[in-house]
Amino acid sequence: MKKFKEKLSGRVFFALALSSISALALITVFIIVQGVPIIAEVGFVNFIFGMSWAPSHGEYGIFPMIIGSVTVTLGAAILGVPVGLCCAIFLSEFAPARLRNLFRPAIQLLAGIPSVVYGFWGLLFIVPFIRNVLGGPGLSILAGAVILAIMILPTVISISEVSILALPRQYKEGALALGLTHWQTIRSVILPSAKSGIVAAVILGVGRAIGETMAVIMVLGNAVAVPTSILDPVRTLTTNIGIEMGYASGPHRQALFATGIVLFVIIMALNSTAQYITRKK
Amino acid sequence: MKIEIKDLNIFYQDKQAVFGLNLGIPANQILSVIGPANSGITSLLRSLNRLIDLTPDVRTEGRILIDGKSVYDSDVNVTELRRRVGMVFDVPTPLPISIFDNVAYGPRLRGKKGAGALSETVEEALRMAALWDDVKNRLKAPAMSLSGGQQQRLCIARVLALKPEVILLDRPCSGLDPISTAKIEDSLTQLKERFTIIIAPHNVQQAGRISNRVAFMLMGRLIEEGTNTEIFSNPKDQRTSDYVTGRFG
Ligand SMILES: Nc1ncnc2c1ncn2[C@@H]1O[C@H](COP(=O)(O)OP(=O)(O)OP(=O)(O)O)[C@@H](O)[C@H]1O
Ligand SMILES: [Mg+2]
Repeated sequence: MKKFKEKLSGRVFFALALSSISALALITVFIIVQGVPIIAEVGFVNFIFGMSWAPSHGEYGIFPMIIGSVTVTLGAAILGVPVGLCCAIFLSEFAPARLRNLFRPAIQLLAGIPSVVYGFWGLLFIVPFIRNVLGGPGLSILAGAVILAIMILPTVISISEVSILALPRQYKEGALALGLTHWQTIRSVILPSAKSGIVAAVILGVGRAIGETMAVIMVLGNAVAVPTSILDPVRTLTTNIGIEMGYASGPHRQALFATGIVLFVIIMALNSTAQYITRKK
Repeated sequence: MKIEIKDLNIFYQDKQAVFGLNLGIPANQILSVIGPANSGITSLLRSLNRLIDLTPDVRTEGRILIDGKSVYDSDVNVTELRRRVGMVFDVPTPLPISIFDNVAYGPRLRGKKGAGALSETVEEALRMAALWDDVKNRLKAPAMSLSGGQQQRLCIARVLALKPEVILLDRPCSGLDPISTAKIEDSLTQLKERFTIIIAPHNVQQAGRISNRVAFMLMGRLIEEGTNTEIFSNPKDQRTSDYVTGRFG
């Protein structure tokens, strides 16, 4: 009887694992099946580098969206990574235990806020701020970058902090015992030694930023055009799908799936780079 | 006396690790501090260069004088103190950079720039640590490519490159093979002419081989201190005699 129970529970777990993996596989296959034909039809180069996105005229060029995704994400990284790294250094090297125990859950909480709330907050505060202080429509690359910078903070902070804390204690003590100051130790021993973890943190953060949709839909302005300044509105790959999927049909819908494939490839590439870097050491 | 320790108490939170320790350490000798596990030897060594300050919730009482000056005086520069009182740990801790850079590291950060002077310092330090012949043809190789014993000698060289006055070694040979151990012991015996060396040896035999003086600690208290002969042939305390003859610990 007991044996039967064990066997049964083993099977159940196996079935559950299998179903989640096959769901993933199915989604992947579905996206590919839906998206690849249109890429073939339009032509890979025309699809990726085409400047015009006009589904009603049968024009499917996603280059402006790629630029949109890249600029917004880059902006988020430029704003978010230094702040996140400083936080991680502060938490792992300077903060007294009590403060650290207060900060950690707070940062986790940041990760738990639904992205639509970030977007709404950005629309209410960041966008008007940019419009009034810096000019332009407010709905802009800068607004999206600020929101995303905040959203990637938990990833950047927690992974860098963990990789700093995981260093052998002797690294730090060895350096301090050589008469280095705390700052010299951080700069020339701790950060270089934790480099791979920090790089992985940044890549995962960037991956998160590229994939984000809801928050940026509300603050980017969503114009399909190559921007000329960070105060211009843009549309990203994700927001393109989010905005148009509701009413698209036929080749238009397929083109949105094809956009998804491009995103999928970018994010997979980022994640595997991060994994490769963390494993390598 | 190079170093004088007066009524030293060390507490971790509420737990006392070192009790009222008084000890004078003469210059240019090797002092071995021996004792069974948890005797407070590491705590004692780490208090001499104030590395113990890094441990949260630690408290020290009493006085530690180096050349007559208290290391806890408010005008003492801790990084300067740690340069004067170098330390080698039980696990070799080379940095993940080249052999040369490991040794040049400290001098460089302290503003030594000229390539000529720097490589002179590095060579001298590596020679003193008896590592020069092993590595002279591959100074640019990563330090991690060295064997454990070589890595430990590299760490000794790294300390020597800073021209310290006192060198603390906390079980520097644990985990090393007998040949590497012998090499380190050799270089320590030569180094004592220029430095004051305090070592937690990894066993009583090692203390016998290399030291001029021996201090025996037990449960945070200094039981006895004297020359090598006094401690090994003619100990005053029964516990010392039991320990050095291997009857406990
Ligand atoms: N960071 C710490 N926090 C709390 N207690 C500590 C800490 N470090 C050491 N102790 C305690 O202080 C006492 C002395 O430890 P210490 O490491 O100085 O002894 P030791 O003689 O070097 O021991 P070992 O032979 O294990 O190296 C031990 O009881 C130990 O548990
Ligand atoms: Mg110890």
